[in-house]
Amino acid sequence: MTEASVSSARGAPAAKIVLDIADVSKKFGGVTAVENVAMTVPEGRILSVIGPNGAGKTSLLNMISGFYKPDTGSIRLRGDDITSKRPSEIAALGIARTFQNIALFSGLTVLDNLMLGRHVHMKSGVLASALYWGWARKEEIAHRQRCEEIIEFLKLQDLRKQQTAALAYGLRKRVELGRALALEPKILLLDEPMGGMNQEEKEDMARFILDVNQERGVTVVLIEHDMGVVMDISDQVVVLDRGRRIGGGTPDEVQRDPRVIQAYLGTSKGAAAA
Amino acid sequence: MFHRESGVFKTSYGADMALYPLPVARWTVVVLLAIFAIVLPLFVHSYYLSILNLIFIAIVGALGLNILVGYTGQISIGHGAFMSVGAYTAANLAVKLDLPFWLTLPAGGLMAALIGVIVGMPSLRIKGLYLAIATLAGQLIIEWTFNRVPAISGGAQASIEVPRPSLFGVALNTQGELYFFLLFFAVLAIVATLNLMRSRIGRAFVAVRDQDIAAEIIGINIYRYKLMAFAISSFYAGVCGVLYTYYFGIANYEQFQLVVSIDYLAMIIIGGLGSVLGTILGAIFVTLLPIAIRLLVESVGVYFFDAGELSSVAASLRLIIFGGLIIFFLVVEPEGLNRLWRNIRNYFRVWPFSY
Repeated sequence: MTEASVSSARGAPAAKIVLDIADVSKKFGGVTAVENVAMTVPEGRILSVIGPNGAGKTSLLNMISGFYKPDTGSIRLRGDDITSKRPSEIAALGIARTFQNIALFSGLTVLDNLMLGRHVHMKSGVLASALYWGWARKEEIAHRQRCEEIIEFLKLQDLRKQQTAALAYGLRKRVELGRALALEPKILLLDEPMGGMNQEEKEDMARFILDVNQERGVTVVLIEHDMGVVMDISDQVVVLDRGRRIGGGTPDEVQRDPRVIQAYLGTSKGAAAA
Repeated sequence: MFHRESGVFKTSYGADMALYPLPVARWTVVVLLAIFAIVLPLFVHSYYLSILNLIFIAIVGALGLNILVGYTGQISIGHGAFMSVGAYTAANLAVKLDLPFWLTLPAGGLMAALIGVIVGMPSLRIKGLYLAIATLAGQLIIEWTFNRVPAISGGAQASIEVPRPSLFGVALNTQGELYFFLLFFAVLAIVATLNLMRSRIGRAFVAVRDQDIAAEIIGINIYRYKLMAFAISSFYAGVCGVLYTYYFGIANYEQFQLVVSIDYLAMIIIGGLGSVLGTILGAIFVTLLPIAIRLLVESVGVYFFDAGELSSVAASLRLIIFGGLIIFFLVVEPEGLNRLWRNIRNYFRVWPFSY
């Protein structure tokens, strides 16, 4: 069920496939979380994965980022098989992600959280760090500079020295996005970045995601329940239900797909626009 | 270090990331160093210097343990044993090969780091209480080995006498001479830890402690960093053991038994987990406590106990007060002396306009 070519909602020409997920399955005991799901992510686009609770969206993301090893199938990043790599190796290859239930380092400041995002780009070892002299110091300052750019981009200037545990929910989500961006990823996996947010925060977050995509050229894979946002900002939508892929295409196509409407958006066509 | 931040404007990231960004704090450190390096050794009696010497050694070991427990969130009840590994390594090298301390010291540290990594291996699979038991097993196995294998631990009573360390051909014999020797290593350990914890490696340790899943996702191989924490931590412990050996002039496994591991855990719990200043305060506190108790018992105890019983009373009182204090800190101030100090400092930071 792979798409041979992908046309963008914005009418751009077919993009290169950056992430190719081929028929992956994952079982937990007797429960099949993901069953033969195939999906291709075009470079530089925003692809959303939608589906009711328990559809296997997060499991799919966990397989991409290496937490779960698929029972069958393969995941390729620009043609290279990453199916059996460790999460930290996959991160170093340029896939960053955020979590549904925020996973920040609560004992550290916003700035240190972002600096940790730079970890794979830094080299200092134990001795250099312990001396904090010359090169190691220069490296720290250079990467601080990059983090400050992200702080400015996400408007976190007044919070940089605050511990993340003390931040409001919406801000923590934003810091987590910042940490993922600090990695300078090619692909950004966002697991419900707007869950639990109010309308204003959602609009801010949608704006950040669009900016990341358009200004930095980062490919985005988005899991989100807010259909308004999904249909507005996505180039592509993939629909999962009970571990299987039941549809996909541009937002318009998905909203017209009778299978999708029945399985997910409801039975009447009116609900699809909601 | 009561300081006012207003009026200090940093114009570069380098200045903002300095260890002591405020001039006041920098001067405080300079003054403290001057007191410890010049004033104290000149004017203080050698008995008090000997207490300071013990504190310096304890600081090195406690810093190591805090890197593992406080910063990386792993636990070890085997640090006493890691110290003994460093001690016997250095003692054997010093006696059999006649090596100077500047070779035996890193050698002892490295050997302890190696053993520490092996004992720390279970941390890759288990956490918390289970890891505590695994490292406890390490402690007991190492103790047993030193007790029963004379090839390593030198036969009679498993102890090896070592010559005093010498610098430029001069043996460091008196407390005053050892004072500079130990002060140097304590300062070195403090600076190294401060730097380590504010840079790439230290941040990764804290990441492993706070959220190991998120640490993986930003590219930190948590297995690697857990073992690295064990290695660095045991290196400090090994160096601490070597310092004890040179200080007492003898390496003996009885100096590094299980109770020593517990003492060091007490230092970092009372001082404050994940804090360098707390570690120093904890090391001072735990080193001074038995001395204070002994003085107390000697002066007041004669009214309650027979003179012959006093020493055993002091010993048991030490354990009672020790246990009570650990419970007190865990319940009342889990962040330890460091937190108390911060509260005081923050109060005065805005005083008298504290609103």
